[in-house]
Amino acid sequence: MKFKLVLFGLALVFRYARWRSAAFRVSLAERDLTVVLRTTDGSIGRTFKFGGGRVSSRAGVDPDADLAIVFKTAEIGARLLMPPIDQLEQIEAMKNFLFHPEGPDEDAVWFAQTVMAALGAGWKIGRAAGDGTTRFCTMTNGGPLFVYVRDGKIVRTTPIVFGDDDAQPFTIKARGKSFTPPRKTSLSPHGMNWKAMVYAPNRLLTPMKRVDFDPNGERNIQNRGISSYEPIGWDEALDIVAGEIKRMKRDYGQGAIAQSNGSHHTWGNIGYYLSAKMRFMNAIGTTEVHHNPDSWEGWYWGAVHHWGGSLRVGGGEPFGTIEDCLENAEMVVFWSSNPEATNGIYSGLEGSVRRQWLKDIGMEMVHIDPHLNDTAQFLGGKWIAPRPTTSPALALAIAYVWITEELYDKGYVENRTNGFEVWRDYVLGTDDGTPKTPEWQEGETGVPAKDVRALARAWGTKRTYLAVGGMGNTFGGAARNPTGNQWTRMMVCLIAMQGLGKPGVNVGNLQLGVPHDFGFYFPGYADGGISGDLTHTALAVSLYQRMPQLATINPSTQIIPRLKLPDAILDGHAEGEIWDARTIEGQFTRAVYPAPGHSQVHMLYRYGNSILGTLSDANRYVEMYRAPNLEFVVNQSIWDEGDTQFADIILPACTQLERYDIGEWAHSGGYGAHFNSQVNHRLVAFQAKCIEPLGESKSDYDIFTAIAMRLGLGSYFTEGMRDIDWAKRMFDASDLPTKISWRKFIEKGYFVVPPEREDLRPKTAYRWFADGRKKDVPEAMPLPGDYTEEFLEGLQTQSGRIEFEAESLKRFMPDDPERPPIPKYIRSWEGPNVADLANRYPLQLITPHVRFSFHTQGDGKDSYLNDVKDHRILIDGYYYWILRLNPDDAATRGIAEGDLVKIYNDRGAVICAAQLTARLLRGVAHSYESSAVYDPMGEPGRSVDRGGCVNLLSPARTQIKNAHSMANGLSMVEIEKWDGGIEFTREIPLSTAQGLIDPVAGVGE
Amino acid sequence: MKKWNLIVDVANCTNCNLCTLAVQDEHEGNAFAGYAEAMPKHGHRWIEIERRERGTPPVTDVAYLPTMCQHCDNAPCIAAAPDAITKRDDGIVLIDPVKAKGRKDIVDACPYGAIWWNEEKQVPQHWFFDAHLLDTGWQEPRCVTVCATNALKAVKVEDTEMQQLIEEQELEPLRPDLETQPRVHYKNLWRYTKAFIAGSVSSERDGIVDCVPGATVTLRGDGETIAEQQTDRFGDFKFDRLDPDGSAYEMTVTAEGHTSATLNVSLDETTNVGEIRLTPA
Repeated sequence: MKFKLVLFGLALVFRYARWRSAAFRVSLAERDLTVVLRTTDGSIGRTFKFGGGRVSSRAGVDPDADLAIVFKTAEIGARLLMPPIDQLEQIEAMKNFLFHPEGPDEDAVWFAQTVMAALGAGWKIGRAAGDGTTRFCTMTNGGPLFVYVRDGKIVRTTPIVFGDDDAQPFTIKARGKSFTPPRKTSLSPHGMNWKAMVYAPNRLLTPMKRVDFDPNGERNIQNRGISSYEPIGWDEALDIVAGEIKRMKRDYGQGAIAQSNGSHHTWGNIGYYLSAKMRFMNAIGTTEVHHNPDSWEGWYWGAVHHWGGSLRVGGGEPFGTIEDCLENAEMVVFWSSNPEATNGIYSGLEGSVRRQWLKDIGMEMVHIDPHLNDTAQFLGGKWIAPRPTTSPALALAIAYVWITEELYDKGYVENRTNGFEVWRDYVLGTDDGTPKTPEWQEGETGVPAKDVRALARAWGTKRTYLAVGGMGNTFGGAARNPTGNQWTRMMVCLIAMQGLGKPGVNVGNLQLGVPHDFGFYFPGYADGGISGDLTHTALAVSLYQRMPQLATINPSTQIIPRLKLPDAILDGHAEGEIWDARTIEGQFTRAVYPAPGHSQVHMLYRYGNSILGTLSDANRYVEMYRAPNLEFVVNQSIWDEGDTQFADIILPACTQLERYDIGEWAHSGGYGAHFNSQVNHRLVAFQAKCIEPLGESKSDYDIFTAIAMRLGLGSYFTEGMRDIDWAKRMFDASDLPTKISWRKFIEKGYFVVPPEREDLRPKTAYRWFADGRKKDVPEAMPLPGDYTEEFLEGLQTQSGRIEFEAESLKRFMPDDPERPPIPKYIRSWEGPNVADLANRYPLQLITPHVRFSFHTQGDGKDSYLNDVKDHRILIDGYYYWILRLNPDDAATRGIAEGDLVKIYNDRGAVICAAQLTARLLRGVAHSYESSAVYDPMGEPGRSVDRGGCVNLLSPARTQIKNAHSMANGLSMVEIEKWDGGIEFTREIPLSTAQGLIDPVAGVGE
Repeated sequence: MKKWNLIVDVANCTNCNLCTLAVQDEHEGNAFAGYAEAMPKHGHRWIEIERRERGTPPVTDVAYLPTMCQHCDNAPCIAAAPDAITKRDDGIVLIDPVKAKGRKDIVDACPYGAIWWNEEKQVPQHWFFDAHLLDTGWQEPRCVTVCATNALKAVKVEDTEMQQLIEEQELEPLRPDLETQPRVHYKNLWRYTKAFIAGSVSSERDGIVDCVPGATVTLRGDGETIAEQQTDRFGDFKFDRLDPDGSAYEMTVTAEGHTSATLNVSLDETTNVGEIRLTPA
């Protein structure tokens, strides 16, 4: 009886929704279908007839129905369909076969999503702004946005200025002053560029097929990157992709399909690559192209051995350091730390206002960087400019002064660290005969010995914050160099000598550490989303308990280390260490491709942003795309740029402004725990579908759904949900419902989480450690079983102390000359000291993270960023990437401001526009990595690129042999005025088996 | 009558370009009747940012100077086209997109180079303080909202109050010589317009060279002592806010236990004299 009533209720829901919502009437008209909901024995049921945009229903079971939703018993049916719907009960029922669809998968998905649409028919999204526009909200990699829309078109996008009903921000009191951030959000430059990005002329608006690609005939693989494309319909495109997925498994078996994405995607917990994409890829079974910890390279492969933090990719604790620095520190040493360029990551310019507080209190600041970077420009202070890759030598000399002049915290070193004596002997030269004096380092770094002594003496006598990397205790900068892991290891040693965690002595640049209420639960994008993957995301420890979902498990265990993907395709063999952050030791496991019994890869599913601008020695990837054994390449992308031009089929995805999602500002979760402590206001956005997807583009979720349905996986993949329903599930799973209703949330567009009460704020990072107490900062790491003494006692290292001599490295490979247990200075294998390299390529080109765009987002696309004079320069109708060099280096090469120049080495050649600057010493050039544009002027891989992909010049070699670590922050190059020639002939091999030995000259150590 | 003014703090500008990008977001593709035609997608920078590097590495500093329509009370553009350009009661200068059509001459009338020619629409255009938004209740122009570092601030005050702010905060016009009575006021303009003399004092003892902190450096010009500084921990000194006008300066460096040194500098542009090695007495 109850089941009958519930089914009748469903009929009423449809009727109400049809009356209430025009959007629902549109969905209703999509399909003519007869659906029966019944018990297994057919004794109770109801028939729903959809047709001509109407729905009718009657009691009883139509035997000719297209689709049946079958419940084991009436009792179960009533329980599952009776509101409120309990998701855990639903998952349990699916898992235990208590109900199932009978009929075509796509009908089942349509029916379930139509039921969801009916339930959401009364939702009102966005707010009328009063001038004929509707104000929506969204979240981007560059900060939150209001999006004003009129007649289906974006009029403007703005940051959010808070209203009376939003929480007040935190206040920090330090040195008798009060510091409060403004009541508004800020944006990164690329965050203020979305209108141009959405309406970019290179938006992919229809599915495309390479004109000479025939999946049933001649594939013309050799023409990838050369041939043009023709638009095709969605059905044809999806049939080809689904057909190739089946064919790969049929012809080759598990492992034949590899999938690869860029490091970042458009924002949102549903749409992020660790969410919907992972759910889909697990569902079809794929070889994982395993990411290196890019941007964290040195930290993960180096620092982690001395202070732990594997679950933070080698970074440090973020808590309380803003307050502590402002109140207690006397000096801040920024070392390869340029937060003003990268804005940390994701966080708009939120940290800038806090760093202004440093100016307000008159903090003494020092900047160590080969480039007078944007942070030094903004904050001022002493600029110390070591030659690129030589910072470890500078660090050793500072330690030398501290040791010889007794300017370090002996008690701390005695009681909180291990292995100091071993490192001390190396610093003093008693073990190798070379005292690491300031004079010694001058020969390596070019920094006057006197300046190093002055710095060391100040640092050794003042409470000093060490600001390392873009986030202050990790990320970017010199960690991406060939000597990156040496540098991060030395940084830990230096701060340990001064007493890490004592008042005013810590690591940070005021980018992390805003005193939020971290106990308010909302998941970050790496907390699992809808991935269902309990192993490769933080789902198991973060979200799963609150948002149960059907689990997904990748049936393929085959892994290709991303930096070796070209090797895997070109050579059929690749190896590399995996990024398994659970423990320090996780990184010692080596993945070997092909995995035992697995097929080699014959299909590549590319998704997300172009990677040619971001990965080292990128011509290898160009060559890979044209390998005959790579039989099929599909690229699912928003814009036609970079490596989309190497695909056989292109699937047009839409931006996050054209789909529904939900996400918190700068909140990665997972491997990026507490990244939201970069922003001054915890802000969760309901990411509205502000406009319809342009052209025929679709959300990634809908594309995956469409392919899944062709594989019979639609119901499993979607759980019957649309993207907005997943967003609602995530809302319900969080603490948001305790503060704001769903209806208010989707209408207003965002919620600001009130800051933590002052007396409940997290304690300062590492203070517990310095004081010898149990850990009392709110981070669930390391794993309970990874403590040596009692739970919460000590760090993740074997001794629980900071280890100058790393036990993990002693156990793994004590004789590794590149990564000995104590950090040593080993000259870069790509540098001016490498014979036969510097005489041909005498300039050190540093290629840091790009300032105005983000990975390949924002750049190119004919966007507004083209007009930013420090991003690209318009010359003869073309927007060129910028190469910066010292005026003297320019003069000796006859190069003037604005000249087009060719930057080249044995790996590649790139055309850029020259900017002459006194922000670089002689011998050092600068260009940002991450151009979105790859524009070979002739045959790809065999001609110059004028798009600005300077990663064509960077070394493929990993920082050290035993770590899957990119070293693409530095390349030796020559630069000359461009003569217009487009030829480039690569003299060195393109893969390991072909004999590729980096550095470029082939004369490595 | 309260009127709009913009305060630009050169010391706070990081060249993030958000102001410029916000202007593009607001005006590209959007025409606002009575205010402006749509801005072309590329080539117009109604808010321009100029870069000035001073010094030679490793003694370099960099300033960024945002410039835009100065909303002059004595506006040369209005003098040139009184029929097409108006001064609103709130101080904002507005080019009428209909009346100014075809008037390319207006572009040349602005001595600040802040008027841009829209080739497609055949109109002169400028940053008009987002008057279209202010007139419908917005609190400030968009470039100010997106500025995270307080390099741009908009204030709507009586002229007398503004005069007070000018004195308190030492605000200056961009080009006083033009006498256009601009409503855009600059703070720390010296970071862009002035020059410095810098150097570093060191000393050698027992074969070891060290910085000399606390040395006294005296700057003299025309026989007068202009300034005196103590070197910092790196032995560095920096005399700033000097005019790069070729003036002759004499510097004397004295430090305890050393013989003093004297240098002469003719300041055409910012000069780093480099390391001054004192001889122990």
